[in-house]
Amino acid sequence: MSERPEIGGPVESEAPFAARTVMSADDIRRALSRIAHEIDERTKGADVVLVGIATRGVPLATRLAAKLGEVQGRTVPVGELDITLHRDDLRLKPARPLLPTRLPEGGIDGTTVVLVDDVLFSGRTVRAALDALSELGRPQVVQLAVLVDRGHRELPIRADYVGKNLPTSLRESVRVRLAEVDGTDSVTLSGDPAGVGE
Amino acid sequence: MKRHLVSAGDLTHDDAVLVLDTAVQLAAIADRPVKKLPTLRGRTVVNLFFEDSTRTRISFEAAAKRLSADVINFAAKGSSVSKGESLKDTAMTLEAMGADAVVLRHHASGAPYQLANSGWISSVVINAGDGTHEHPTQALLDAFTMRRHLKNDTGDLSGLRVAIVGDVLHSRVARSNVLLLNTLGATPVLVAPPTLLPVGVESWPAEISYDLDSVLPTVDVVMMLRVQQERMQAAFFPSSAEYSRRYGLDRRRFELLPDHAIVMHPGPMNRGVEITADVADCDRSVIVEQVANGVAARMAVLYLLLGGSQPPTSEESA
Amino acid sequence: MTTYVLQRVRPLGDAEVDVTIAGGQIASIDAPGTANTAGATVIDGTDCILLPGFVDLHTHLREPGREEAETVRTGSMAAALGGFTAVHAMANTDPVADTAGVVEQVWRLGREAGYVDVVPVGAVTVGLKGERLAELGAMADSAPRVRVFSDDGICVSDALLMRRALEYVKAFDGVISQHAQEPRLTEQAQMNESELSGVLGLKGWPAVAEESIISRDVLLAEHVGSRVHIAHVSTAGSVDIVRTAKARGIQVTAEVTPHHLALTETEAVGYNPVFKVNPPLRGELDREAVRAALADGTIDCVATDHAPHPSEAKEVEWQSAAFGMTGLETALSVVVDTMVNTGLLDWAGVADRMSYAPARIARLADHGRPIEVGEPANLVLVDPRSTRVVEATDTASRSRNNPFVGRQLPASVLATFLRGRATVLNGELVAPRGDKA
Repeated sequence: MSERPEIGGPVESEAPFAARTVMSADDIRRALSRIAHEIDERTKGADVVLVGIATRGVPLATRLAAKLGEVQGRTVPVGELDITLHRDDLRLKPARPLLPTRLPEGGIDGTTVVLVDDVLFSGRTVRAALDALSELGRPQVVQLAVLVDRGHRELPIRADYVGKNLPTSLRESVRVRLAEVDGTDSVTLSGDPAGVGE
Repeated sequence: MKRHLVSAGDLTHDDAVLVLDTAVQLAAIADRPVKKLPTLRGRTVVNLFFEDSTRTRISFEAAAKRLSADVINFAAKGSSVSKGESLKDTAMTLEAMGADAVVLRHHASGAPYQLANSGWISSVVINAGDGTHEHPTQALLDAFTMRRHLKNDTGDLSGLRVAIVGDVLHSRVARSNVLLLNTLGATPVLVAPPTLLPVGVESWPAEISYDLDSVLPTVDVVMMLRVQQERMQAAFFPSSAEYSRRYGLDRRRFELLPDHAIVMHPGPMNRGVEITADVADCDRSVIVEQVANGVAARMAVLYLLLGGSQPPTSEESA
Repeated sequence: MTTYVLQRVRPLGDAEVDVTIAGGQIASIDAPGTANTAGATVIDGTDCILLPGFVDLHTHLREPGREEAETVRTGSMAAALGGFTAVHAMANTDPVADTAGVVEQVWRLGREAGYVDVVPVGAVTVGLKGERLAELGAMADSAPRVRVFSDDGICVSDALLMRRALEYVKAFDGVISQHAQEPRLTEQAQMNESELSGVLGLKGWPAVAEESIISRDVLLAEHVGSRVHIAHVSTAGSVDIVRTAKARGIQVTAEVTPHHLALTETEAVGYNPVFKVNPPLRGELDREAVRAALADGTIDCVATDHAPHPSEAKEVEWQSAAFGMTGLETALSVVVDTMVNTGLLDWAGVADRMSYAPARIARLADHGRPIEVGEPANLVLVDPRSTRVVEATDTASRSRNNPFVGRQLPASVLATFLRGRATVLNGELVAPRGDKA
């Protein structure tokens, strides 16, 4: 599978200001484990499927599905969702390459979909994901799980499950690295005055 | 990626792969409950067709509508009788209508190039077939089809050998395919009687042969071109019967192909002339699928050229 | 009539002299700075070249019938600005110039305009249809005394008809100018047939369609003992045939256009119909061949084939566009650019190819005369050192289909004299006063 360039995404720069690690690989593992238990408790009896928001939401959803599957003793269906075509800033930048969208096995109609993403920031990505999801089917319930909530919401959107609440300033940037995509697991915060977003 | 799509040569290798990858994602919409994306909402696409072509026009129309664009169909009868009023005046009218993209099919080679470069309009120009010059979206849907069957829907077409058989001289499909196949790493093999190959074809990046039987065992794809009856009148070949005997794809020739090879045709077919009915309908013929792939390929082109503020930028694309 | 003294001019590029024009003739030629300037208009011609007024064997003035493109008057103005004192107006007007009546009309319009001698060309066949001969004798006897006949635009393709025409005009020392284009090989052709036409998807016009007709016609001319002139020679193969024919003693003459000296088929790449012309722009080797042929005299003269078209005939897709380029005003500059500045031709050569030879072919008495005392003052003064960027709007022609727009060209016409009267001074037109004898 060819690598997809992050066109229009976060700037891959070694910030001149020291980046500090706010979540280690261990922290991430524990957070996902806790979220898996929370999902299990709060959705007791419901038909839960996980849908990861591309790019890093996908490996997170896969890991969560594995953990949730251990807890519940079943295989939890996982899907991938590309939100490029539903972005509200589509016209403002050059056309972006599309990422795969794949429904979880069995579809999403009548299910409880838990959207999974790495960072919750303005909320626009989640809004786009809700629009994209509505074209794929009609879930009964939609919930949101994120690894990091860094605040500064611009829309009335909140997460149901949060790995870590991380208050940040707009001038800081949060960087999530996952082994499946970046070769290592970490969440770092850097005080780059250029302030690149989610 | 260039602003207009006038020639298959406008696409770099990376541009072409991007179009195909995008088409793969967009093709999936056909399986969804809501077969529509809001991506081009508020954009106006004008199908400016100076030549009748229901199938290509409908394909572009479906592609634009699936992306929620507004579509205006303009069937201009610009014959040689009414020359002079055709292209420029029509283009200026479309500009006034606020067209974001003009999909142009024209009987004169070079018309989309002129439209894109004349300064008459500021819309994006997409060539839907100009004279005997090019048909880039056809080449893209052909490449998409080949990649799906022979390359698992990923990457490019490296190493494939593609026979293109028939009236190469008058075929815009052949020209665009020769360009795009080379860009994607494949080798075109042109097979035709000498009268239907253009002067200077030896300098094209393709192999040439007059003998179909010897070529068929060596290729992964055989693409049959439509041959028109009028060519007989102009002495390009003596009769349909002789043409079919020497260059038609029938069951005997089909058996010469490797087991994995696919049969393609841009349509519409002259059943019995360049291809027999049983071959056209057999399970290794992807002719019908090409039509569906045409919508996906055209959606990809429309999205990439119109979906953002400009086409995708990268170090490599033009 | 005004007397002019052209001071320090260099006739044919030779040493400086003063030339006095009076009473319609070259009145005297004196050592530089010594001519009597009393009562005369003095023109400082330092470093300028004096040439015999140019004669164009091939121009389209479009009147009668296509006045939206050009009229005899506007075409004459363009011609004078280009340094011409005589132009041959081709017969493909509407109505066709195939009778004494139409040629006399064109001739009279030329005299009324008064900028150049307009010499009408008579059609070879009635209506240019290629079916039967036009009244060539009547046209020869008419006031303009037509000597050049052509169906230009269309080839006289019927071998028998061409033979008859070649024979018939011997009676009055006429000449047929053949537009060599085998019709069956060039149906709907758009540009030179080559690798490029295959790539661009434009139907090709093969060189052999020109060469096969020229071969036939030089042999016919030989057989019936007649002269024949080949219009707008464009290919290396055509040059070879003409050279061989001349070596054999056949009375063939040939012309080449400035655009074929300057441009090649690569101009078609942008599908801009300004570059669509008949015969088409050819390849690099063809361009070299026609330049060499003009240099060595195999091609006798330059003829513009000035073909004005209104914008609606050119601002369309290539396939629908009309064939032709304007050329009267840029001809000299292009010849200087492609032939003089490259060392292929000197000024004496320019005088021959643009004046002496065409006047001789057309049997014009007053033009293409040596620059000597007593000769009619049909002259052009050229500044060889100037350069300019050609502008679309800077033209006396009604039409703008000029392929040299935006290009920098050398040399310019400072003054043109028609029988001693200035039609151009300081590079600008001088309005004539009424009909001139």
